[in-house]
Amino acid sequence: MNTDDVADEAVRPILRLYLAGDAPGARRALEGRKRIIDAASEPIDIEIIDILERPAEAEIAGILATPTLSDETVTPPRRLIGDISNTTQVLEYFGYGNKDASG
Amino acid sequence: MTIKEDDAVDPVLERVKTGIEAFDDLVMGGLPRGRTTIVGGTPGSGKTVFATQFLAHGIANLHEPGVFVTFEESPHEIEVNMASFGWDIRRWREQKQLVFVDASPQDRDEIVVGDFDLAGLLARILHAVRAARAKRLVLDSLTQLFDHFIADPTTTRRELLRIAAALKKEGLTVLMTAERNSEYGEISRHRIEEFVADNVVILRNALDKERRRRTIEVLKMRGSRHVEGEVPITLVENHGLVAVPLSSLRLEQKSSTKRVTSGNAELDGMTSGGLFRDSVTLVSGATGTGKTLLVTNFLAGGVAAGERALLVGYEESRGQLFRNARGWGVDFEAMEAEGKLKVISLYPEAQSLPDHLLTIRELVEEFKPDRLAVDSLSALERIAPETGFREFLISLTSFIKQHEIAGLCTATNKSLIGGQSASEQHISTLTDSIILLRYIQEGDMMNRGLMVLKMRGSEHDKQIRRFTIDAKGMHLGEPFGGVPDVFGDTAIAGPTA
Repeated sequence: MNTDDVADEAVRPILRLYLAGDAPGARRALEGRKRIIDAASEPIDIEIIDILERPAEAEIAGILATPTLSDETVTPPRRLIGDISNTTQVLEYFGYGNKDASG
Repeated sequence: MTIKEDDAVDPVLERVKTGIEAFDDLVMGGLPRGRTTIVGGTPGSGKTVFATQFLAHGIANLHEPGVFVTFEESPHEIEVNMASFGWDIRRWREQKQLVFVDASPQDRDEIVVGDFDLAGLLARILHAVRAARAKRLVLDSLTQLFDHFIADPTTTRRELLRIAAALKKEGLTVLMTAERNSEYGEISRHRIEEFVADNVVILRNALDKERRRRTIEVLKMRGSRHVEGEVPITLVENHGLVAVPLSSLRLEQKSSTKRVTSGNAELDGMTSGGLFRDSVTLVSGATGTGKTLLVTNFLAGGVAAGERALLVGYEESRGQLFRNARGWGVDFEAMEAEGKLKVISLYPEAQSLPDHLLTIRELVEEFKPDRLAVDSLSALERIAPETGFREFLISLTSFIKQHEIAGLCTATNKSLIGGQSASEQHISTLTDSIILLRYIQEGDMMNRGLMVLKMRGSEHDKQIRRFTIDAKGMHLGEPFGGVPDVFGDTAIAGPTA
């Protein structure tokens, strides 16, 4: 990893998507994630955390409900719980532009 | 108080001790293993203490690690708040005998849109359960969880059911707390108990005659027996919650035929040889009739016979009690110096009745007396509501008998001549013997009379005996002539023969 990458990381926002295994809700959330990435006016990385495999991370982040989409780069963390299929609403909540809206 | 049996009793239900001793008795040994119990109570009723004690007892005494899921206070706050009860939560956490799931409110921006589940919470709980190899689990409190997802109680309810089922599958004994809005209203907010709990326990902290009265009540035990009704409970430093047991559970104590001296040879004569070893005697009389003297004789007689004697006084200071004794030729100082006597003077208003009971119990367990005098019950009566006082008396008398101690309690009549005090009404059925001290008018003289009103399991002199008090104590004399009415408002003897 060189210094350029670090700088790049720093400016590139990361959201986290906490979900549980392959429950129907989790599958819908994965579809929603894809649509959000596609629709965002800038590149967003949304990390997937399966809390069934990584419960310790859910403990650290204090996750109660799934799916939860979380921006932990801000203090306090900003979270959206439940249905993330409304792409416009989700992007707006996390303060990102929407390709359709901007173009 | 009755023992209630819910429909089908499962005889093989293993019991999990909560460490709240008398409570475990109420539920026939403890909470059923692998079941879910809801502990409901208003804020400040002791839910978190109950829950923590349940875990602490498992860890400290039974090698049963636990998980504490907290929705309200942070783990650190619990650690600090519970330290005064002597629970070393920090050490248990380090040893992974106690693992927290911290679901306490955090600073975050959060919105809920559409459907969700609580798989995150469940995954964290199960993770903690594995880390601790937990046998016991606490969720404190469910009400907070509902409040967190206030917009969607239906989903929360569904998810809670799912969590409860998963925990049951793990074989965990689960204790959930729930908040109540009032002491005698619905069992819990959101009616949590209706769908999730096998057992329901209620903690109360009600105002009664301007005093706080804490009680615990077992409302429901699925497939199991339990004792019904409210039982006093108190918070004790370095201990946690202590329920004060009612004796209806424990009336099986054996009664002894061994006699001990009352400290007065003439009175021993009247009672066919003295008081029974494990009996409780009530001395009732108006002020100045000689109750404290009888107590002093009782203590001195015991010490002279090589026994250990304990006096718990609620009316007079130690100094006053010692002075009284000296006036009747009894040297309390010497007896105390010998370690044969202990005199404790307590201020009734200083603590609640259950706490007084615990104090007496501690004193007895520490000093191990052969005889115990309580002077007077009436002083305690004024600090308590009537129901509380009756419970106190039942507990005290059964405790005295259990320990095979000879007990002597005094009660003061409000009216100088005759009449009943409330303590008398309460205690008369509970004590084995009753001695009445009365002022009795004879012509233009006011004399003192003593009678043994009742003595369980023994013959006794039924006459009303005249007595005098001088520098050497009490002297019983001849019976009164005629028939003085010692129960009425005026006791007037007939003409002496």
